[in-house]
Amino acid sequence: MLRFIGKRLWNGALTLAALVTLTFFVMRLAPGGPFSRTRKISPDVQANIEAAFHLDEPVWQQFGRFVWGLLHLDLGPSTRFRDYSVGDIIASGLPYSLTIGFWAIVVAGLIGVALGIAGALRRNGLTDYLAGTFGVIGIAIPIFVIGPVFQLIFALKLGWLPVGGWGAGWRSLILPVVVLALPNIAYISRLTRTSMIETLRENYIRTARAKGIGWRRTLMRHSLTGALLPVVAYIGPATAAIITGSILIETIFAVPGIGRHFVDAALNRDYPLVMGITLLYGGLLILFNIGTDVVRAWMDPRLRHDR
Amino acid sequence: MTADAAGSTSTLHLQFRRFRQNRLAMVSVAILVLIVLACFLGPHAFPFTGEDADFENIAAPVNLFSIHPFGTDDFGRDLLVRVLEGGQVSLSIGFLGALVAGGIGVLYGAIAGYAGGRLDGLMMRLVEVLYGFPYVILVILLSLLFGGGTIALFAAIVFTLWLTPAVIVRAQAQSLAQKEFVQAARAGGMTGGQIVLEHIVPNCISVVIVYGSLLVPEVILSESFLSFLGIGIKEPQASWGNLIQTGTSAMDTDLRLLLLPGTLLAMVLFCLNFIADGLRDAFDPNDR
Repeated sequence: MLRFIGKRLWNGALTLAALVTLTFFVMRLAPGGPFSRTRKISPDVQANIEAAFHLDEPVWQQFGRFVWGLLHLDLGPSTRFRDYSVGDIIASGLPYSLTIGFWAIVVAGLIGVALGIAGALRRNGLTDYLAGTFGVIGIAIPIFVIGPVFQLIFALKLGWLPVGGWGAGWRSLILPVVVLALPNIAYISRLTRTSMIETLRENYIRTARAKGIGWRRTLMRHSLTGALLPVVAYIGPATAAIITGSILIETIFAVPGIGRHFVDAALNRDYPLVMGITLLYGGLLILFNIGTDVVRAWMDPRLRHDR
Repeated sequence: MTADAAGSTSTLHLQFRRFRQNRLAMVSVAILVLIVLACFLGPHAFPFTGEDADFENIAAPVNLFSIHPFGTDDFGRDLLVRVLEGGQVSLSIGFLGALVAGGIGVLYGAIAGYAGGRLDGLMMRLVEVLYGFPYVILVILLSLLFGGGTIALFAAIVFTLWLTPAVIVRAQAQSLAQKEFVQAARAGGMTGGQIVLEHIVPNCISVVIVYGSLLVPEVILSESFLSFLGIGIKEPQASWGNLIQTGTSAMDTDLRLLLLPGTLLAMVLFCLNFIADGLRDAFDPNDR
């Protein structure tokens, strides 16, 4: 098991290194620079500013400087928000993004699993039908359509919740979390339903029932653990979905999280900030993928010897 | 060769017959065809394009019997025509993108799976590394690298979406490579390339159809996602993504700007998902 984790961690580190290198060079190769969209300034001033950010050096040297800084946990100053370091900006945005992302995963997991089980136990019943419809809606209507529609209904027309921002405490959390959770509820309930139906047909369930174990206990102890394996495997992709979604959510609901920062930084060619957020997102995603693999390997020993 | 072709078409026939019996999927196909036709033929019914401003009718309201059935936007551009033209962009990127990404993935996977050994290990290592990347970051960076615009968007989306078909086809190709008919082909003197193209790829066709149909909504969604964020298709060219974005900023005063493109996009995604489900049920009945 330790060997397995070590191998996965090593692969993850390689992936992260590849991602960071690729991002660095793609950013430098993309047309335009951090100061090409600002007001016209004299060439001398421009040269001075670029020298201050070491942008006049050859790309390889810049890369070396970046890696050196990274080893000292220093991502450098943002080229856009002059007086802030990348660390400051990420530290200020991360709490918003994490709060929304965390609650969205929790809500999606709970509701998704519950809907899936309900659907599997009463196949083709009313709940199953409703859950199915709900699932299709969640998958087919994109966040950036459903978000504004919810804003319109619940904030502008009914006035129950704030339109956006972060001013109203937990009430400003509800809309972003619900909208971000919707597509994941849909995926999780579908996954749970199919795997639950499959598990209920397994021989060991029949054995458990034949031994005289009660229906409820069989369900909780025997079927659920088997049925949740594919759902656990979805945590990795779900993290990716949450990251993608949070960029949209923060744009729609005007939340000052790091998702929106990333898009702005990419558009403004704020090289250091892009690198910082890429590192964070990539690291998070890779860690969650490894975590998922480890949990699955722990639940299902057959997977440990794969590859 | 002929006997083989006849055999595979008859299975395909059977599978498509099963697909045709799926009423939901067939209705979805019909609606999708209607939307596609409307987007590509509809704009020709109007004497102006979606980029022409009508200064007499700026921000005209919905009036089904006027020249602008769904009104105009703040620049006097006809909303219906803009949405239909945006549909042309979104749909073509969707179908072409899925085709190209699927094609690359299938070839890559087939080669890796057939070759096996070290080449396979190397090729799959690359896929694994790319898989670990956050998809959004990659797609945003690549569309910046290619300088924005339709082609850049297309390239970025294709570059990020060929991975899943590659992995799926590789697994299939690996088991096919052990089959007797492939060994026979090799003994008969076919080169590796010929075997991949003539035996491996055709035998993966049903898997490819099923997963290819899932790629189309994914590509359309990526396109509108990026255009919504202001990275993909830019004004004055219309796409569903940037139309929805404009609609969002004006939704408290004028809902049509959001609802018209939003509804069409959602309908297309609904249809594509139902069709993909239908194809999956028809093509691999074990997967239930």
